[in-house]
Amino acid sequence: MKERPLTQYIPDSGTLHLREYEAVGGYAALRKVLREMTPAEVTALVKDANLKGRGGAGFSTGMKWSFVPMDVPGPRYLVANADEMEPGTFKDRWLLEGNPHQLLEGMIISAYAIQATEAFVFLRWAYKYAAHEMRRAIADAYMAGYLGKNILGKDFNLEMQLHTGVGRYMCGEETALLNSLEGKRATPRAKPPFPQVSGLFGRPTIVNNVETLSWMPHIVNNGPEWFKSLSYTGDGGTKIYGVSGKVNKPGAWELPMGVTMRELLEEHAGGMKNGYRFRGALPGGASTDFLTDAHLDVKMDFAGVAAAGSRLGTGTMVVLDDHTCPVGFVHNLEHFFAQESCGFCTPCREGLPWTEKILLSLEKGTGTMADIEQLDMHTRLLGPGNTFCALAPGAMEPLQSALKYFRDDFEQHVKEKKCPYAHHSH
Amino acid sequence: MPIIHIDNKPYEVKDGKNLLEAVLSLGFNLPYFCWHPALGSVGACRQCAVKAFRDEQDTKGRLVMACMEPVRDNMRISIADSDAAGFRKHVIGWLMTNHPHDCAVCDEGGSCHLQDMTVMTGHNYRDYHFTKRTYNNQYLGPFLNHEMNRCIQCYRCVRFYKDFAGGKDLDVFAAHNHVYFGRQQDGTLESEFSGNLAEICPTGVFTDKTLKQHYTRKWDLTTAPSICQGCGLGCNIIAGERYGSLRQITNRYNGDVNGYFLCDRGRYGYEFVNSKERITEPLVRHYPGDAANGQPVLHHVRNRMKAGKVIGIGSPRASLESNYALKELVGAEHFYLGISENDHELVSLMLKILQQGPVRAATMQEAAAADAVLILGEDLTNTAPMLALSVRQAVRRIPVQEVVSSIHMPAWQDAAVREAVQESKGPLFILNVLETKLDELAAGAYHTAPDNIARIGFAVSHLLSGQVPEVTGMSDEGKAAAQKIAAALKAAKNPLIIAGYSSCNEAVIKAAANVAWALKEQGIDAMLSFTVPECNSMGLEMLGGHRLDSAIDEVMNGNAATVIILENDLYRRMDQHTANHFFDRCKDVILLDHLFNATAERANILLPAATFAEADGTLVSNEGRAQRFLQVFTAAGSMQESWRWLLQIATLNGHPVLQHLAHLDDIVVAIQQRYPVFTGIESLTPPADFRMAGQKIPRETHRYSGRTAMQANLHVSEPKPPEDEDTALSFTMEGYRGEPPSSVIPFFWAPGWNSVQSVNKYQVETGGPLHGGNPGKRLIEPKVNAQTKFYMEAPQPFLPLSGHLLLVPVYHIFGSEELSVHTPGIAERMPAPYIMLHSEDARRFQVTEGHLLYFTDKGHQYALPVIINDKLQKGAAGIPVGLPHMQVAEAPQLVKI
Repeated sequence: MKERPLTQYIPDSGTLHLREYEAVGGYAALRKVLREMTPAEVTALVKDANLKGRGGAGFSTGMKWSFVPMDVPGPRYLVANADEMEPGTFKDRWLLEGNPHQLLEGMIISAYAIQATEAFVFLRWAYKYAAHEMRRAIADAYMAGYLGKNILGKDFNLEMQLHTGVGRYMCGEETALLNSLEGKRATPRAKPPFPQVSGLFGRPTIVNNVETLSWMPHIVNNGPEWFKSLSYTGDGGTKIYGVSGKVNKPGAWELPMGVTMRELLEEHAGGMKNGYRFRGALPGGASTDFLTDAHLDVKMDFAGVAAAGSRLGTGTMVVLDDHTCPVGFVHNLEHFFAQESCGFCTPCREGLPWTEKILLSLEKGTGTMADIEQLDMHTRLLGPGNTFCALAPGAMEPLQSALKYFRDDFEQHVKEKKCPYAHHSH
Repeated sequence: MPIIHIDNKPYEVKDGKNLLEAVLSLGFNLPYFCWHPALGSVGACRQCAVKAFRDEQDTKGRLVMACMEPVRDNMRISIADSDAAGFRKHVIGWLMTNHPHDCAVCDEGGSCHLQDMTVMTGHNYRDYHFTKRTYNNQYLGPFLNHEMNRCIQCYRCVRFYKDFAGGKDLDVFAAHNHVYFGRQQDGTLESEFSGNLAEICPTGVFTDKTLKQHYTRKWDLTTAPSICQGCGLGCNIIAGERYGSLRQITNRYNGDVNGYFLCDRGRYGYEFVNSKERITEPLVRHYPGDAANGQPVLHHVRNRMKAGKVIGIGSPRASLESNYALKELVGAEHFYLGISENDHELVSLMLKILQQGPVRAATMQEAAAADAVLILGEDLTNTAPMLALSVRQAVRRIPVQEVVSSIHMPAWQDAAVREAVQESKGPLFILNVLETKLDELAAGAYHTAPDNIARIGFAVSHLLSGQVPEVTGMSDEGKAAAQKIAAALKAAKNPLIIAGYSSCNEAVIKAAANVAWALKEQGIDAMLSFTVPECNSMGLEMLGGHRLDSAIDEVMNGNAATVIILENDLYRRMDQHTANHFFDRCKDVILLDHLFNATAERANILLPAATFAEADGTLVSNEGRAQRFLQVFTAAGSMQESWRWLLQIATLNGHPVLQHLAHLDDIVVAIQQRYPVFTGIESLTPPADFRMAGQKIPRETHRYSGRTAMQANLHVSEPKPPEDEDTALSFTMEGYRGEPPSSVIPFFWAPGWNSVQSVNKYQVETGGPLHGGNPGKRLIEPKVNAQTKFYMEAPQPFLPLSGHLLLVPVYHIFGSEELSVHTPGIAERMPAPYIMLHSEDARRFQVTEGHLLYFTDKGHQYALPVIINDKLQKGAAGIPVGLPHMQVAEAPQLVKI
């Protein structure tokens, strides 16, 4: 059995509570940090480990922390991005529900590294059970002296709050999350300035993903070399991968970074269900490009998936089978993205509903070849940099790759004036 | 200065600007929506995309939004690049997916930024064939129409209304392509600056509701540069006419004065011009049928003037020219300022302080750049609204200067800067008898009686200068306030001290001067700003005249028989009993005015005076800035400028000086010669014989329509347009089509820019001065090396007196000004008469809200319904000023209850 540091202690059902967490070595890393390490040393350690953010962008976490100006007076903040709303993604939920203290310990260590005095868990609205457990975990951590004033008797204070969102995908974007946390509209902010410099309430702020933060105790306890050794590739650590779709065993697994798509699909997800053929998959959530059976040997790390023309994203794969209409599949996604657009910038606010309407029209058999060209145009025009944030470019990734790999399906909708999959009800 | 390369040509640009500002300032056409020079950049609309290249070798480049990119030396960009142009075209395409096809019936059509930008990008074919989203509109009050379907979600409305102007009741709701801009529920927009939404909105979501009542396209208006008559600040406006009625007031950019904005009194208060109450023909009373009885009216005037001693009463709302003409006509010794004693005391004191003291009067733009502000006894939002807007910007700007260095972002990065600034504000201190809207921004707001305000001001100046004696008997609270204020002012580089007429207290003005002078003594470049009651209060005071009280004495003593009153309702200058008495004693009253008012009821001869829209004239603002307003249209009937009436009377009388004057230029020169204080007003606007390429400057656009048809019901042939013998402007669409001098811009228009955004083309740089300089001439400059003669005597503290209340005036932006209340929408927003008490005083006099409170003044009894406000000084009673038909005793004064 390979090492599964993040998930090995998560019970089959229920939650690992404080005493159980401590019993398996929980909070030892925090003790070590507060006893032996300076904040700069913690940052250096995380930098050495080359931990890349697990929220989707894959940016070096240590690097991100190092941008926090440590010399400006006033508060600094740490935020755990637990607003997991990427369609097809359910990896953070596993960590939140199963081992909340691992996240808390990671957050306290991270807060120490950037000398934050307040930390927030921004949790997806729908994660009711996680909210319940997180609330309890925070209360327990306060009782045990891991939070509050003079943590473990040291000169370090940290207050922590759980904030539950109201169900906006946009809040997964860190700057929109910060606006929402401030009580403002969840619209993104322009970067620069980056949150590290001007984040929550205009103060230096670090926003990290749940999975990213949960790594901290392990990296402190075992060191950067150990972290790197867990992986098959240059991107260190393990990764929680997931598969959904018409596979035999949909689920999530903690595996060495860099497993192939084939291994994921066949060994862990149990292959396609009987009667269903694999046509393609979104490798890292709804906002990533389709990969097809030609890519099954692609290594699922940041560089590998990028080289194949997609993104590792959250590492949770959505599988398209041969009974599901790719146009309908993408329509469903664009409906989601159009609805979740915050409405701030023109291309996203107006462009996404347009693509959604075209896709619906194709599904209804009223689409034209010009409509397909219009979709092509949108995939080009809603590219990175043209829109205010990454939502619309992300929304275009499944569409542009569907147009590339499944173009015949699109054109068939026009020619036959109907959805050729209509008789297969899903 | 950085060099940027635009489509491979080098241009020098100003450092610190963004690319959009830079290219617009260079004269390029680059479309935009969400950016505004006064609001900065947020990058929402994505309309100003250009291609940016890494270096000369980079041929691929990437799209960037010009408004979000700081200019950098050696930057290489392309506006013409096909990707950039294509993207800009598509942005319009996206906006058009939901924008209705209603230009033909939209009020914005023809002056619509969205139309202009659509044409500019070349988007002319709609390939979206699905349904459009629709909204419900809201009722937003009498000033603005709401048509949300037209919205292109540029966010400028809320950024202006909330962020810039501090409004609370307009916001953005919902998300994705259903974003909604409006109020939580239907209702009148509360901000005093709401009308600016009609200009800030790039399309027809917010449009001028008063214009809608008598709608005309921008291109069909006859327009002229004018000056707002609503208060003493002298905001620059453009007034537009069609079919003989005034249709609309819009902003006329003046970088030193009002910038891009106006207050709602200024924008909407114009409808008195079209009022049914206008005096349109001369009227001679006490003759059969009240007609002139066949004789020319001027003969009647001459006869009355011959009948006995004549005195003239001037007006702070009449032009310098008209006041001068009256003063000359009746002789300086018989000319009286038509203002209350109080106003005269205060304005003459302000004038003296500004003329003889070492501290300059701030322009409104300088006020907006102050780094500490002290307001003594003024509720600016109601007495000088646009100055309140300037103070708001000053308070916001100060912490911006700090954060731009800490987050390394330029100040125009609006969202980023606001985020970093959060709630921090620059030092603002307000001392007023009552709470004010600006209190929410203040580091300290103290509500106390005018005398106490003056005492704190004296105490502040004592802390700043040893020359000012200590104020004895100060309360601990007053001492603490003074110390806090003094410390903040001392730490500033350009502190601004504001006081004015509304506290009706000379000591408050003196205290303001003391503070500013003490700062100056410390080497701090302090500024003063005094509010004045009316549009030409300062000009009238500079012209000079006797006190109104002496005029009353003259009449009462039987010395004067005939009184010529210039554009003045004396019932607003004195209580009605005194006024009645005065008129009873006058043998003849000759009134030149616009409207039938209480004074007109008492006049024997009425001469119809042109309003600002039908007249040329000069006003001097509170800052001492002389500004010229030009006639928009020729009034119907016999209405003409008061000065023209007076010149005609003078000619008939054979007046030695005036009989030689006929035109505006003549009278302006005569004023200058007679009163050197007005030197320079000659060149406020070009003279009447000024021509550009041999032509006059047309008041009408080249698209003006209907001129051959609009009078066809009267005569089949097109009438000859009236000649304008007074100015360089013509009343036609013919004339010079280029950019006129900045003082005589009748409308903002440039090829491809039909909306108000075309002002970019008239500026040296976006948001900067107009070409040739911002119009107006400052007549008052400080004596920089003047020996500071501090005021030494602080007043005694105010102490509530048993059985008495100190009546203090409360000003209302909608209601306190005489002429603007003739706009139905403004009348709708006027308060009902009241007397405002502190709840403890209400208990003292055993009244509650709604009860009538009776008091006596000079033997006359008054009764007013009580309202309670605990932000009012105890022992004081606030009464609204200037409401029509509300005759109230003089304030301030102590009255027995």
